[in-house]
Amino acid sequence: MDLVIILSTLDATIRLSTPLLLACLAGLYSERAGVFDIGLEGKMLAAAFGAAAVAAVTNNVWLGLLAGVGVSLSTSALQGAAAITLKGNQLIAGVAINMLAAGLTTFLGIQWFAQGGRTPALTPDSRFGNMTLPFADELAGVPVLGQIYSELISGHNLLVYIAFLAVPITWFVLYRTRFGLRLRAVGENPKAVDTAGISVIALRYQAVLITGLLCGLAGAFFSIAQGSGFGNNMTAGKGFIALAALIFAKWKPVPAMFTCLLFGFLDALQIRLQNTDIFGVTVPVQAIQALPYILTVVLLAGFIGKAVGPKAGGVAYTKER
Amino acid sequence: MSTLRPLPRWADILLLPIINLALAFIVSGIVVFSIGQNPLAALEAIVGGAFGNGYNFGYTLYYSTNFIFTGLAVAVAAHAGLFNIGGNGQAYIAGLGVILVALPMQFMPWWLTFPVAILAGAAVGGFWAFIPGWLQAKRGSHVVITTIMFNFIAAAIMVYMVVNVLKPDGVMAPESAMIAPEGRMPKLGAFIPWFKNTDVNFTLLLALACLVGVYILIWHTRFGYAMRALGHNPTASNYAGMSNSRIIMIVMTLSGALAGMVAVNQVVGVQYRLVLDYVADAGFVGIAVALMGRNHPVGILFAALLFGALYQGGNELQYVIPGLSKEMVVVIQALVILFTGAMEGMFRPGLQRMFGLFAPAPKPDAPPAVAAKES
Amino acid sequence: MTSNTPSGATSAQRPSGAADASEFAIELRKINKRFGPVHANRDIDLAIRRGSVHGIVGENGAGKSTLMSILYGFYTADSGEIRVNGTTHAITDSRHALALGIGMVHQHFMLVDNFTILENVILGAEDKALLGPSLERARKELVRLAKDYRLDVDPDAVIEDVSVGTQQRVEILKALYRGADVLILDEPTGVLTPAEADDLFRVLRELRDQGKTIILITHKLREIMAITDYVSVMRQGAIVETLKTSETNPEQLAELMVGRRVLLRVEKGPAHPGEVLLSVENLVVKDDLGVTRVKDVSFTVRAGEIVGIAGVAGNGQSELLESVSGMRDQSAGIVRLKGKPLSLEGDDGAHRARQAGLAHVPEDRQRMGLVTAFEEWENSILGYEDDKAYGKGILLDIDAARAQARERIKKFDIRPANERLKTANFSGGNQQKIVLAREMERNPDVLIVGQPTRGVDIGAIEFIHNQIIKMRDAGKAILLVSVELDEIRSLADRILVMFDGQIVGEADPATATERDLGLMMAGIGNKAAPQARVAAEGQRE
Repeated sequence: MDLVIILSTLDATIRLSTPLLLACLAGLYSERAGVFDIGLEGKMLAAAFGAAAVAAVTNNVWLGLLAGVGVSLSTSALQGAAAITLKGNQLIAGVAINMLAAGLTTFLGIQWFAQGGRTPALTPDSRFGNMTLPFADELAGVPVLGQIYSELISGHNLLVYIAFLAVPITWFVLYRTRFGLRLRAVGENPKAVDTAGISVIALRYQAVLITGLLCGLAGAFFSIAQGSGFGNNMTAGKGFIALAALIFAKWKPVPAMFTCLLFGFLDALQIRLQNTDIFGVTVPVQAIQALPYILTVVLLAGFIGKAVGPKAGGVAYTKER
Repeated sequence: MSTLRPLPRWADILLLPIINLALAFIVSGIVVFSIGQNPLAALEAIVGGAFGNGYNFGYTLYYSTNFIFTGLAVAVAAHAGLFNIGGNGQAYIAGLGVILVALPMQFMPWWLTFPVAILAGAAVGGFWAFIPGWLQAKRGSHVVITTIMFNFIAAAIMVYMVVNVLKPDGVMAPESAMIAPEGRMPKLGAFIPWFKNTDVNFTLLLALACLVGVYILIWHTRFGYAMRALGHNPTASNYAGMSNSRIIMIVMTLSGALAGMVAVNQVVGVQYRLVLDYVADAGFVGIAVALMGRNHPVGILFAALLFGALYQGGNELQYVIPGLSKEMVVVIQALVILFTGAMEGMFRPGLQRMFGLFAPAPKPDAPPAVAAKES
Repeated sequence: MTSNTPSGATSAQRPSGAADASEFAIELRKINKRFGPVHANRDIDLAIRRGSVHGIVGENGAGKSTLMSILYGFYTADSGEIRVNGTTHAITDSRHALALGIGMVHQHFMLVDNFTILENVILGAEDKALLGPSLERARKELVRLAKDYRLDVDPDAVIEDVSVGTQQRVEILKALYRGADVLILDEPTGVLTPAEADDLFRVLRELRDQGKTIILITHKLREIMAITDYVSVMRQGAIVETLKTSETNPEQLAELMVGRRVLLRVEKGPAHPGEVLLSVENLVVKDDLGVTRVKDVSFTVRAGEIVGIAGVAGNGQSELLESVSGMRDQSAGIVRLKGKPLSLEGDDGAHRARQAGLAHVPEDRQRMGLVTAFEEWENSILGYEDDKAYGKGILLDIDAARAQARERIKKFDIRPANERLKTANFSGGNQQKIVLAREMERNPDVLIVGQPTRGVDIGAIEFIHNQIIKMRDAGKAILLVSVELDEIRSLADRILVMFDGQIVGEADPATATERDLGLMMAGIGNKAAPQARVAAEGQRE
């Protein structure tokens, strides 16, 4: 394979990893705070619909983004009310959110736009275009490094750059700030946080809302950046791959990025490998599609290292007597 | 909080689910109203679509059949303290087992094929849940995460098997060969003409038998006792000498086998071939059914009927009121899960307080509801 | 204060007005707290003199921890007033208490296991949004505190890697770092080795000498006598007396704690030991974290005798019980029942132990011995659900099980007499009777009993003790583990003392003094302690 093919595969990798990365970091915040979130998929789907619907109507990409994030945040708040305030089962709350998003987006889509659940196709103004980084065109001629810069690093939409910037920011927040210290503590031993005079409830809500924000960006990426409009179930299980990536990365931001890139690469590979033979053997694309899930199961089983989540995860906090 | 006394049994198993269901309907009604439709008309369309005549009711029962299986699958696991979220994958991959025995046996009488198909579906569905069970019991992997992953792995395997292995040459659609008419399960309409030619078939009787079987299993067998002990208190079951890991593996296998019965209904009862995505989201509906039905077979029967009616009624809805799609039902179902499963805390304290007002004050020498723990 | 409180002795401690208010760091007035039907604190009046060590003593469940949790803002009192340095405050949460200079070291440490000591110290007391400067300041402060109070720790060590004693130091440092003037310690020695406990007392004295006020909650009279200046006795949610430690003695305190002169001698005849029924040979057991907790332990129990294992909690007794009863795998050694080796491996080991004739009354009935969500009759077959008496084949004969449960309810006087009632709704003593009935009525050869009367009311204690002796007289071998030394001394025919996972000595309860046993339990010397002065009778361990 020559450089061009490699670069275009890697380019696709970056695009395909972006929503995974945003959703994965989203999950990281809430799970690190002790709230398991299997509702990432639903929040992304709801955000994708909200963003596309508003962008289509207003013809403004920013209002679309705002709507997407807003929808995702309210979904998070609902999930928070169930899982934090009412101390409901976090897993069941996630299942409900996923289902609610799947049902409502299609239902409202059909009702509002009468296109079988799709939103109208977006104009270039109402979606995020690809950005050309400074000097990308000038450097395109420089072999290898210049090509990598202009082909691979430049030429993505804004949300891609935000996603990758969110990695160092998350690392910093988690390990270098007061908020991060408390966030990590509340996922491990909420009682320690409570007795230190910090509100467990407030901390967990903050975490869950950050999750909502990042899921909103991820959802917007699907419908108003990568795609141009919303389609039924357009997140297609990516929220669960992000969850797998989060476990695979052992709930740490930098490994999360590499895991998402790996899973994104597998995705890019299976698209490229459709009906191609490698070394004379046809690798079923389904095998590559299933690989992220299989890898996660193998990791969870402790066959390669061990993934142990935040200790207080999954349990609502109650002052005991 | 601890001053509130637990609810009377009837309120716990009847009143609370009904309140939550009513709330789900009200919220859905508000959604319908807010988009300019009449919620009552929608409800009428759903009810009529589900129960209006034998044809509609037949389809309601067909959907209910699937939901009984997946509801039981969730409930059996829940009694042992496990959340099997992988009913979809187990029901889906069980279709492989069913079609692989049904095709070779297709010229034999259906009453020979039927039990073999049941065994095959149970074996494959059970196996697909056994692995997460084994991983939980022996390797400590969280069964919820593993079963989610297994849903996706099952989907990938099924696409490969149907497209690359089972699809006959020269057929365009991704589906297996058809089962000959001799090997197909009779429809109930063949015996009760009222049902006409609807999809409800003999598998419904299997579902009813499973309800009875699960009831006996959980409350009248030694193993059921052990799995409930594990579900409530794993330390106590270890103290009692029960093998927790063995129980987890058996319960997950049973749960998967029950989910696998959906494949029997779909493959030999309705479609007579293996198609893609035939489970729809029955596995997830099972979660709502089990929650609504309080993990009790009687509750599950009624909850499955309710959701069967909603699905069938939802299908009819779009023909009666243009613009209202069947996804309305998914919304209702999500709200039921949300209210009965995750936001249960919303009404219970209030109800407890209400009952507290009318109940006689506890006698002073009555045992404390909260056993005094170390100070 | 409750009306049955003797007056006089407490008047010196009573706050008598704003004028001398500054004399007291903390004053509590008419504090009440209920948890459902449990009146955990009733009309508590308490004044804590500044610069003193004030002990609060009482049995488990007397309401000590609840009271301190109210002072620390973890719970809110239903009624009453809290004064700090003479000023009334409504302490709403822990943050508020901390701001008032009240710090607390909880019985179960409030530490984040995968954080460093430094991170744990600053959690909740960070200066700014960025961590760097806070960590710097805390590091310097820790050096200063280490010097002032001899509280050395490695700031960068991770909590899960350090000893329990060090973890407790971190808790104290956390409070001091937040500027605590009043330090509440809740049962601080329960998890400590004797050496660690001594070091803790040294630290507490230094803190007091530098003007800090210490409130020590304990149920161990020895600690009260050793370290406190004043002591308040709590019983059933009320303060019954506040005394100067120098003017009281353990007998008086013990009497105040339980409310009547304790008759700890149980009526029992001499033992007639027969053949060896249970023998444990070179047993080695690890805990869940892989730490060896039982180290090469060997002993035998004969028919018709009660062998008591004494020791400070956490010296391997729990692991010993769990291993012999088949709940926990053993790393090495053999357990024999009537000479036959028991196969206890695997997670159904307890099942095989039971079938071989070994019954087990576990230490923690709510966590292990009962499924509290079950109805009473269901718990009466727990562990024996496979028995022929309860059904044929795979089916359970519910009627038979219920009928038998009703019989046992009558025989053991379990109240309320309703086998369909949820087990959680029985009191502690009745729950224990449910377990005892189940295990004893099986007529086992060997009975293993852990903490038989923990959290059980006085009336039930006598009943339980008599049942155990009846089993002995019926020729059963009984292994008794209790942290209540009095219980061991009054029930056992032979006492083995366990320390740091080993049997460090054997004693005859008829002749061994409390001091002998105490020394062995602390891992110091053996029963030969020549100038041993008999410790006060009635002193509770």
